[in-house]
Amino acid sequence: MSPILFWLFSFLMLGFGVLVVLHRNPVASALSLVVSFLGLAVLFVSLDAYFIGIIQVLVYAGAVMVLFLFIIMLLDLKAEERRSWNPVALAGGIFVTLGFAALLIKVLHRFPDADKPFPPISGNLSQMDDVHHVGLTLFTSYNLPFQVIGVLVLVATIGIVVLSKKELK
Amino acid sequence: MEVTLNDYLLVSGLLFTIGFGGVLLRRNIIIIFMCLELMLNAANLSLVAFSRFNLSADGLPNYNGQILVFFIITVAAAEVAVGLAIIVALYRARQTTHVEDINTLKF
Amino acid sequence: MALPWIILFSPLISTLLILFVTKSSRTLSSYISVAAVLVSFFASAIVFLRPDPTTPNQFLWLDFNVLQVPIGVTIDQLSKAMLLVVTTVGSLVHIFSLGYMAEDEGKSRYFAGLSLFMFSMLGIVLANNFVMMFIFWELVGVSSYILIGHWFTKNSAAAAANKAFITNRLGDFGFMLGILMVWAASGSVEFAKVSQTWHGLHLSPLYLATAAILVFCGAVGKSAQFPLHVWLPDAMEGPTPVSALIHAATMVAAGVYMLCRVYFLVEASPEAQNVIAWIGTITAVMAALMATQQNDIKRILAYSTLSQLGYMVLAVGLTGHDAAMFHLFTHAFFKALLFLGSGAVIYAMHHEQDIWKMGALQKKMPFTFVTFLVATLALTGCPGLSGFFSKETILGVAYEHNQAIFWLALGTAFLTAFYMFRLVTVVFFAPGKSDHASHAHEVPSVMTIPLVILGVLSFIGGYSFFAERFLTLPHEAGFGFVTLLAIAVFAVGAVVAFVLYNGKKQDPISIPLFANKFYIDEAYAFLIKWTQDLLACYAAWFDRWVLDFGIVRWVFAGGTYSIGLVLRFLQIGNLQAYAFIFGAGVIAIIYYILFIVKP
Repeated sequence: MSPILFWLFSFLMLGFGVLVVLHRNPVASALSLVVSFLGLAVLFVSLDAYFIGIIQVLVYAGAVMVLFLFIIMLLDLKAEERRSWNPVALAGGIFVTLGFAALLIKVLHRFPDADKPFPPISGNLSQMDDVHHVGLTLFTSYNLPFQVIGVLVLVATIGIVVLSKKELK
Repeated sequence: MEVTLNDYLLVSGLLFTIGFGGVLLRRNIIIIFMCLELMLNAANLSLVAFSRFNLSADGLPNYNGQILVFFIITVAAAEVAVGLAIIVALYRARQTTHVEDINTLKF
Repeated sequence: MALPWIILFSPLISTLLILFVTKSSRTLSSYISVAAVLVSFFASAIVFLRPDPTTPNQFLWLDFNVLQVPIGVTIDQLSKAMLLVVTTVGSLVHIFSLGYMAEDEGKSRYFAGLSLFMFSMLGIVLANNFVMMFIFWELVGVSSYILIGHWFTKNSAAAAANKAFITNRLGDFGFMLGILMVWAASGSVEFAKVSQTWHGLHLSPLYLATAAILVFCGAVGKSAQFPLHVWLPDAMEGPTPVSALIHAATMVAAGVYMLCRVYFLVEASPEAQNVIAWIGTITAVMAALMATQQNDIKRILAYSTLSQLGYMVLAVGLTGHDAAMFHLFTHAFFKALLFLGSGAVIYAMHHEQDIWKMGALQKKMPFTFVTFLVATLALTGCPGLSGFFSKETILGVAYEHNQAIFWLALGTAFLTAFYMFRLVTVVFFAPGKSDHASHAHEVPSVMTIPLVILGVLSFIGGYSFFAERFLTLPHEAGFGFVTLLAIAVFAVGAVVAFVLYNGKKQDPISIPLFANKFYIDEAYAFLIKWTQDLLACYAAWFDRWVLDFGIVRWVFAGGTYSIGLVLRFLQIGNLQAYAFIFGAGVIAIIYYILFIVKP
């Protein structure tokens, strides 16, 4: 993928991520997050991971963020009023953030192998494309985790129902 | 100048950092939760990048990474659902979503 | 080959039978016990008549590389003579007990104890190594405890049994240390092996003296020498035949026997010999002084035993085992006779033991009187009786080796005559002082026959023709300066006592120091109480201040509280603070692992 597109969509993703953090209105934050996810999905596609990219849009941007928005509407959250910043907390947060970034850059410097370009895919993707490969791996090697994930989602559903029940007075 | 793995990792790391900073700096619990999702997605990006970088024997990407991303997305969705249900229950109890107001479990 | 084992185990079989089979039938138990001891007696006689065996008669019980302990028998002149003494006196005491303990409730228990004692004592006599002797030494102590405390419902009897056992244990502790020293130096515990190699080991004089004195500690405990003599007078709480057997003739003599058996240890160290001789002398003198003021017939005899044991021990310390064994031999007979005679008197007086309540028994109990008088004469050294020969031998040995000890021993002989004739006068001659005395009559023949047999033995026991068949006598006791002094002392003592005490109703002389046994018992009680109080005080202080205050309050409680105080501040309650700590920690760890551990 050409570097211009890559950097464009990266900045899109990162920028809207920053907006998520900065906006005071929670609905605006949620919508920035949706755009961020779309940028991320593009990056996935640029890595030849088509299935994951589509799943990202469908599940994350489509289902999870919708859920977020529903809850925000349910709780009827208004934009936050300005509260005074706690200097200690602010300093702590900025310190950790910058620390992580610095550490990240330092680590990446020690990984010279990753400066090579991506190796080209030489496998046969015309007969069985990406989705089929993923599905094959999923249902053969990872069948058990797949079933477990199904149970997990079921349990989560039951949990949510229990948690959300209003006390009948 | 090609896009290298380092670039993807850098972007992923920055996204993670932004998400973590959001967790630390925002005081509305819903926003904190959304930043948590940002962090998870950063990890997903890393995984997919590595999956593409490490080609398996027959020249295809190492799909194990993508399988893991699939699971992470699923679990994150379930986690968001349960977490929001808890937040709703908390809102009903405390009438607030400010994280600083939820501080009775302390010395 | 098997005879010594029969001698040894026949009383044990009797004990086991009585305890497990015939406990409910008192007469049957008593007959079993008497039969067992008679078997031992006849077997001892047969062993005596046979020549000494040359091959060792033992089997290996413990076999570690550095320590080998056999269980075996020693048959030589010393042990054969001692076997006969023990079994003879034992048999006579058993027969006497048939009469004396006829109506006692615990007769089965008593005879089981007597048989156990015979087993243990014969074990000591026959032992051929230190460890076996120590085992039987302790067993003798246990039997003594059982028998002294036979009437255990009486507090004084139970206390006396405890006292005997504990005092014995103190002596045995020294004995054990001595055995360990001998074993450490020579590598073996068998008498035969150690006696051959002891001189060749070239040990330092200090080592030799310490080993000998520690082994002597066992004799100090068992034979009731000063300072562990305090148990013997109290041991008179037991039945009189027990006193006769154990505390006159055999057990207390075990200490002297042991010293003779391990004489190779003693003669290697002149310092030890000196210590032994002086302890014997001190015991003899002290006991004689204490005896002059006692009022209980058995106590007087107990102190007399102490005194005579002192003589034996001093003989061992001065010169060797011949003189001591001779005196042990004769003493066994006449002291047992004295005790049995006093038992007869007590029986006739319905278990009254105070001499100031007795009197004029001369006509009422003729057999008892005559045999008692014979024994007294033997004990005090009347010429012609056995005691004269053996005591005079010891005096002669003392005169040759150590003048100071000789004069002390001579003085003790005077005191011996004095208090024994005091006893005889008050009990038999003086007019009767109570109802019991006027109603006394002679005891049944089952009790008089052993008295007569012992009387004969006391008479002839010292003569060469008799004694030499059993022992090696020291040099011929001829008439000399020492002999004349001894006879003079005996005569003067006897006459003084008779004159002083004839016709008196109570003791004209009163010396509280002697009557209260030099207050040694009180001193020990004070010492023990003081030590215990001190230890208790220290323990209490330690517990209150170091353990409770220091460790529990400061270290544990305080430490836990302080740590809790610090850790409490981690519970902030603020979600984002937790997240911050988490993040900072992750950064730190990653930084550490990636850049410091593996740069």
